Amino acid sequence: MLILWRKTVNGVMLTLTGICAFVTASALFLILGYLVWNGGKSLDWNFFTKLPLSPGELGGGMANAIIGSAKIVALAALIGVPVGFLSGVYIAEFSGKAMANVIRYTADLLNGVPSIVIGIFAWTLLVVPMHHFSAWAGGFALSLMVIPVTLRATEQFLGQVPLALREGALALGASKWRSVATVVIPAARTGIMTGIILGVARVSGETAPLLFTALNNQYWSKGFGEPTASLPVMIYTHAISPYEDWHRQAWAAGLVLLGLVLVANIAARMVLAKGAASQRG
Amino acid sequence: MATAAQSVPGRARTFLKNVRAGDEIAYLITFVFAASVVLITAILVFELWVKSGASIHKFGFNFLHTSTWDPVNDEFGALPFVYGTIITSILGLLLSVPLGVGAAIFLSELAPPKLSNALTFLVELLAAVPSVIFGLLAIFALVPLMRSFVQPWLISAFGWSPFFKGPPYGFGVLTASMVLAIMMFPYIISISREALIQVPREQREAALALGATRWEATWDAVVPFARLGIVGSVFLSLARALGETMAVTMVIGNDPKINASILAPGYTIASVIANEFTEATGDMHLSALIELGLVLFLITIILNGLGQLLLMLTTRQGTAR
Amino acid sequence: MIMSATPKPGITGTRSEETVESPAPPAPAAATGPKLRASNVNFFYGKFQALHSISIDFPENQITALIGPSGCGKSTFLRTLNRINDTIRGARFTGEVVMDGSSITQVDVTELRRRVGMVFQRPNPFPKSIFDNIAYGVRINGLARRSEIADVVEKSLRRAALWEEVKDKLNKSAYALSGGQQQRLCIARALAVNPEVLLLDEPCSALDPIATSKIEELLLSIRDQCTLIIVTHNMQQAARVADLTGFFLMGKLVEFNKTDVIFKNPAKKETEDYITGRFG
Repeated sequence: MLILWRKTVNGVMLTLTGICAFVTASALFLILGYLVWNGGKSLDWNFFTKLPLSPGELGGGMANAIIGSAKIVALAALIGVPVGFLSGVYIAEFSGKAMANVIRYTADLLNGVPSIVIGIFAWTLLVVPMHHFSAWAGGFALSLMVIPVTLRATEQFLGQVPLALREGALALGASKWRSVATVVIPAARTGIMTGIILGVARVSGETAPLLFTALNNQYWSKGFGEPTASLPVMIYTHAISPYEDWHRQAWAAGLVLLGLVLVANIAARMVLAKGAASQRG
Repeated sequence: MATAAQSVPGRARTFLKNVRAGDEIAYLITFVFAASVVLITAILVFELWVKSGASIHKFGFNFLHTSTWDPVNDEFGALPFVYGTIITSILGLLLSVPLGVGAAIFLSELAPPKLSNALTFLVELLAAVPSVIFGLLAIFALVPLMRSFVQPWLISAFGWSPFFKGPPYGFGVLTASMVLAIMMFPYIISISREALIQVPREQREAALALGATRWEATWDAVVPFARLGIVGSVFLSLARALGETMAVTMVIGNDPKINASILAPGYTIASVIANEFTEATGDMHLSALIELGLVLFLITIILNGLGQLLLMLTTRQGTAR
Repeated sequence: MIMSATPKPGITGTRSEETVESPAPPAPAAATGPKLRASNVNFFYGKFQALHSISIDFPENQITALIGPSGCGKSTFLRTLNRINDTIRGARFTGEVVMDGSSITQVDVTELRRRVGMVFQRPNPFPKSIFDNIAYGVRINGLARRSEIADVVEKSLRRAALWEEVKDKLNKSAYALSGGQQQRLCIARALAVNPEVLLLDEPCSALDPIATSKIEELLLSIRDQCTLIIVTHNMQQAARVADLTGFFLMGKLVEFNKTDVIFKNPAKKETEDYITGRFG
C-alpha cells in the first residue's frame, strides 16, 4: 500500500543522506591515512636537514624547501597581515558606508581571483622588472591571498564587539583611535588572530602562485632575491616525476605540509569556539 | 603639550587638538592601507588586460572558439582549454552536488546537534587540505583505481556510447572531475547546511502536520525553501573548481584536444598556464596565456558574484520565493 | 463531581475541583463518546514539566477553545494531540490521548497527523503555487486521482471561503497573498486532507480584525464536518466561537466547561481573575 511505500522511501532516503555525510566526512581520514601510511615511512631526520639529491641517491631531504616555505610565508604574512588588518580596522571603525562597501567588494574580488592568475600578476609586477624569480615575488603573490582573509576576519570580529564596550571607553574620555586601539581591538583579538592563522595556513599550502614567482631551487637560496624552494612546489615536481625515490619524498613532504596545515586549522578553530563560548557565557 | 601657564580653555583646546590629530592620523593610516587594497586590485586587472593586449589584438573573439594551440607558429585558440575547464567543473558538480546536498540534509535535519557539529567540523577541515596534496593522492591512489577498475568497467558497460570510448589511461577528464568533486564537498556542504538550518521550523511542521513522512517533509518543504542558498553554494563551488590548478593539472593528462569521451585526457585553462608559462616561446605565447588568465578571471568573478548575490537574497529575505 | 447536562447527546464536560487528582469520568458507550480524550497527560521538555495531569474530553463536531496567559502550556498541549512535539529533542509525555478508541501513540504517526490537522500561529504556506500548496497533502497521502485533484483543491478553497479571491490565480505563488488570505490558504490546505480534528494554534494572532472575523466565520461553518480545538489569547474570540472552553494556568487545567459558564459564571477564582483581566 501507499503508506508502506512511503515509509520505505523514508527509511531509504534518510539512510542515504547519512551515508553521504559519513562518506564526505571520512574523506579527510582517508587522505590523512594515506599520507601517514606512505609518508610516514619516508620521513626521517634527513628529510628535515638535507638538501634534495639526484634521483637514485638516498639520504636526501627537503630542508631547503622547508626553510624556503618559511621565508615565503613569513614574507606573505609580513606584507599581507598589516595591510589586511588595518584595512579591516578602517572599514569597521573609521569609514563611511559607501567606502566600506567598495573596499569590501574589492577584497571579495581579490579573494576570488584564481591562484594561478595571482601568480601571473606577481610575475608581471616583480619577476619581469627584476629579471629573475625570487622569494620576494612569491611572498608578494601569497600576500595578495592573505589580505582579503585578514580583512574579512578583522572586520567581522571588530563588528562583533558590543557597542557598550566602545561607548564605555569613549565615555572615559578616550579618543576614537585610543578606544579602538586599546579596547575594541583587544576585545576582538581572538577572532582576528584565528582568522589570520587560518589565512596564513591556507597560503602555506598554495602551489600555483609560486610556480612562476619563486619557482623552485634544488639548493639553498640566499636572501630573498633568488629562486626559492617551497614545500608545495617540491611536492608537485616530485610527484609528477618518474622516479620512485622522489615519489617517496613527495609523500613525506605531503605529510609534513598537511600536518602543519591541519594543526594550525584545528588549533585556530578550537580557540575560536572557546572564545565564542566564553562570550556567550 | 599645554603648559601650566596656559589658561583652562587654552589647555582644553590643545588637548582636543591632540586628540583629534591622533584620530586624524589613525584615520589616514588605515585609509591608506585600505586604499592600497583597491589600488593593487585595480593594477591587477589593468596588468591582465594590458599584457593580454597583443593576443586580443591578434585573435579577437576567435581566440575563444578556435582549437589550434601552436606555439611554434604563434597560432593560439583557447577552445580546448575552455572546454576542458568547463567539462571538468560541471562533471565535478554533477558528482559532488548530490552527495553534498545529501550530506547537508543529514547534518541539518537528522543528525543530533553534537554529531552534526563534529561531522561538519571534519568536512570543513577538508577545505584546508592544499590542492597539491589532493593531486598527490589523485596520482597515486585514484589513478591506479581508475585505470584498473573503474574505467575498464565503464568501458565494458558504456563503451558503445561516445562518452566512454578510449583506453583506460587512468588519467583524464573523469579522474580530474572526481578530484574536483571531492574538493568541492566542504563548500557545498557547509553553505547548504547553513541555508537549511535557517529554514523556519514551521515549514517542516506544516508538512508533517499534513501527514508527511520525515523525508517528505524535508524534501518537499525544507529543501525547496532553502533552494536559493543551495544554488548559491553551487555557484561558489563552481567558481572555485574553475580556478583549481594543481590537483587537476596532475591528473588530467594535459592534452589540448576536445574529446567527447570523458575517459580521454584533456586540458584546462589553469593547467596550461601552469605548464607552459615558464617555458613560453615568445611574447605572443605569453600574451595568449595571460589572455587565458583574464578569461578565467572574468568567469570566476561572474560566478562568484552570482553566488554571493543568491546567498545575500536568502539571508535578507529569509524565504525562498 | 458534577457533570453538566446538555440536550446534545454525547457531550460531556469535565470540571475538576483539584486539577491534580481527578481523572476524567468514564465516558458513555464508545459510539457517542468524545472524539478525542486526554487522560492524565503530563508533558516534559527534558527535565522541565510543562503540563501537569491534563484530562479533557473533546466532543465531536464542537469547537473547544483553550485559553490562558502566555506560557501556560496550552500550545504545548495542543501540539501533543497530533504529536508534532515529537520533533523536539527531549520532549515527551506520559498519560494517554485516545481518539476513536485508539491511543495516538499506538497508531502510525503520519496517519494520525492526516486525521488530526493543524493550523499554525503564523501562516506558513510552502514556497509553491496556491494550487500546489493545497494539493500537497492530497498528493502525498494519495487521497485523490490525478484528475480529481483540481476538484479537491476547489472544494477546499470554498470551504475556507477563499475560492472567489484566488480562483483566477491558482498558479501564482502563495506568498503573493495577504496575511489573512495566506492563513485561510493554510486552513484550506489542512482541510484538503479531510481531517476529523483540526487543531488551531492562535491562528488569528498575526492578523487584523477583518481577517480575524473572516476566519472565525469560517470555523463556525466547518464545525459540523470537523472537531475543532483552538488555542487563543483572545477571550472575546473564545466567547464568540467556542462551544466549550478550557482555562490553563501554569501547565494545569484549572477549569473546563461550556463557554457560557466559563465566562459568565466561572467556578474558580483564577478563572475569574483571568477573565476580568486581573492578570494577563
